[in-house]
Amino acid sequence: MRAFKHDVVIVGAGLAGLRTAVEMPGHADVALISKVYPTRSHSGAAQGGIAAAIGNEEPDSWEWHMYDTVKGGDFLTDQNAAEILTQDAPRAIYELEHMGVPFNRTADGTIAQRAFGGHTRDFGEKPVKRACHAADRTGRVILDTLYGQALQKGIKVYEEFHLLDLILEEGRLAGVVALELATGCVHVFRCRVLVLATGGFGKVYKTTSNCFANTGDGVYLAYRAGIPLEDMEFVQFHPTGIYGLGVLISEAARGEGGMLRNSQGERFMERYAPTLKDLAPRDVASRAIVQEIREGRGIDGRDFVHLDLTHLGKERLAEKLSEITSFVKIYLGLDAAEQPIPVQPTCHYMMGGIPTNLNGQVLDEHQAVVKGLYAVGECACLSVHGANRLGCNSLLDLVVFGRRAGKTIVKDLEELPWTPLPRQGEERSLSRIERLRDRQDGEKASTLRGEMQEAMAASCAVFRHQEALQKAVSAIEALEERHQQVSIQNRGLRFNTDLLEALELESLLGLAQAILVSAMARQESRGAHFREDFPERDDESWLKHTLVQKTDNGPRIFYKPVTITRFQPKARVY
Amino acid sequence: MEMHFKIFRFDPEVDTEPYYKQYRVTAEPTERILDCLNRIKWEQDGTLSYRMSCGHGVCGSDAMKINKRCALACQKLAKDYEGEEVLIEPLPSYRVLKDLVVDLDPFFEKVRMVQPYLMAATTPPDKERPQSREENRKMEVAIRCILCACCTGACPVVHENDRFLGPAPLVWAFRFIFDSRDEHQAERLRQLDDPDGAWACVNHFECTRSCPKEIPVTKCINTIKREIKKARDR
Repeated sequence: MRAFKHDVVIVGAGLAGLRTAVEMPGHADVALISKVYPTRSHSGAAQGGIAAAIGNEEPDSWEWHMYDTVKGGDFLTDQNAAEILTQDAPRAIYELEHMGVPFNRTADGTIAQRAFGGHTRDFGEKPVKRACHAADRTGRVILDTLYGQALQKGIKVYEEFHLLDLILEEGRLAGVVALELATGCVHVFRCRVLVLATGGFGKVYKTTSNCFANTGDGVYLAYRAGIPLEDMEFVQFHPTGIYGLGVLISEAARGEGGMLRNSQGERFMERYAPTLKDLAPRDVASRAIVQEIREGRGIDGRDFVHLDLTHLGKERLAEKLSEITSFVKIYLGLDAAEQPIPVQPTCHYMMGGIPTNLNGQVLDEHQAVVKGLYAVGECACLSVHGANRLGCNSLLDLVVFGRRAGKTIVKDLEELPWTPLPRQGEERSLSRIERLRDRQDGEKASTLRGEMQEAMAASCAVFRHQEALQKAVSAIEALEERHQQVSIQNRGLRFNTDLLEALELESLLGLAQAILVSAMARQESRGAHFREDFPERDDESWLKHTLVQKTDNGPRIFYKPVTITRFQPKARVY
Repeated sequence: MEMHFKIFRFDPEVDTEPYYKQYRVTAEPTERILDCLNRIKWEQDGTLSYRMSCGHGVCGSDAMKINKRCALACQKLAKDYEGEEVLIEPLPSYRVLKDLVVDLDPFFEKVRMVQPYLMAATTPPDKERPQSREENRKMEVAIRCILCACCTGACPVVHENDRFLGPAPLVWAFRFIFDSRDEHQAERLRQLDDPDGAWACVNHFECTRSCPKEIPVTKCINTIKREIKKARDR
């Protein structure tokens, strides 16, 4: 074991973590801890673009963008956050461009933009081209660019370190414990500031666009430490995952003119969203697809529909959608220019997470700032995406609010002391690992994980109802019991992924439970949370954020109000 | 279909030398080699180690040698190996940490050596720097690189000469040399004008053949060589 010490430790080196980090050099000694090499973070899988009302292709305004964000979130969006997001967006885009992001260009040499789901002009009149992009590799090139910035600034990165525990002493942050995968050693990091930027946790579901590393370790550890989690029931299913695999086919495919079709060849989105059609927000499009399948109009009566790009032509596919064209070729053996793509909704994004204020400071159950603890990116809940995030708003969230958190931390550091480390801060982690190593003949983590993923897919996906949720809660409880008896086969130290997956499973099960109890409590339908037993939105009773807190007597649910400034809730039609 | 795997195993802590272990897995023809490895690890042998993350050829974690060719396990399908024994080995030229996991620090160190970030002293305008579509397209092939290290693993020169910068770092250098916004082209070219820089490449084309993102790597390196010569004449 070694003890490391840095003013600021950031866990997660995707866009949010990197953008927060690059704000600090010169002000603080900052280090990043990442489970994977930074360039392998899941931000790199973002394809379609990053939204900003820079109006390079047609007139646009940040107010329209803000309205779309609020309406997209089914009015659960905190409007002060949406205002910052959209007003700061153009600055953020120019900043990324100046850092070197190779955005596609217009004929005039400015940044090119394209249409995307839920982004409109004149407060919902018709689609607007707002998504800045680099083909369908936008996340990857921004990740590479910010990684370059971090290198240039000499930021220390601990690569392939897995977060094991937060060390909080009487509500004050003292450090973290992490497992070095290469050696199997457990290390303590002492710090004055901890930033959680661990991303999403789509791996609680069977079919997901998320990577294997997305197990929500930071969110779970905050939950275990008693921090309530916000809006966990709002899980985004992206309409177009490759059938069976869940690999993402970007909304950019529809932004460029692609259409969804059912078994009759009908462009069915015209019925569900007469104005925006295929460019309706993701929750609307995902529900439409599942509805078509339920009514027997899936392709060949099966559980998928077609995404038709055949009319776009080879040249446009090669220039604007080359990555997804290659996925379809590799995994399905299809030529997207000639044949439609079989798609079905895939778990994609978590709107909920660790509650923070507008500066990334984590909030406790009394809405008070937890000194020294910050959260940014998908693992945080501002809530800027409300009940459903719009495409291209997440990359934007990461760079806008990552920067704000970075600036806040630099200021806060002047007053934040070093909290003394408890004598054996790593004790709990060491004994947890030891128990796993020593136990003989237990069940495999992979078996339990598979059952959890099935239970979540069956009960808490695009459509939900009380009975199925209740059943899933019991199933997860039983799995948590069985998890106490999990054993691993690999007892070695080096790169022990058997151990890693067993550790990750605890996070996944804890978060699955938080999602389920939050979903069961909310007796209405809003955004991505659709209750078949309560199909209407109910502003009178439910225009509020859910908070779920882990207690000795099981999860406690309570609520906090939504911030509404410019736009009063109204019917959400597209 | 039933698949036969022969997998390189080595734990430097306990094994005196590497060995191969055989496994049988049932897989759908369209499943990935990565799915097969996961099935082995999850159902048969938890001691097997390899890297993986996105599972669809974007993050670059699961580069390994599959039947003697460097590739991503998530991009190769079971049906491509029908009737064959599939031989899985770690990327060559790098120290094995465990089984299929190699030490990539030397690889990333060389990526860092090319200063993979935009360098421009000129104050940028308030909005974006202008760049024509033609200028933007020059970088297009290079921005596809995901740093999986398949190319460096496949490169015979890297295998012989550990001072050689290697194909992926040269692709990243290419990306900035041909970025119209970068102002350090001359310095970048000078750095590569070295026996262990661009000139170490002698056109084996193994990098190009192995690149999972279909980057014409060798062509990029040759373009750099031409640009170095032009710069020398200036």
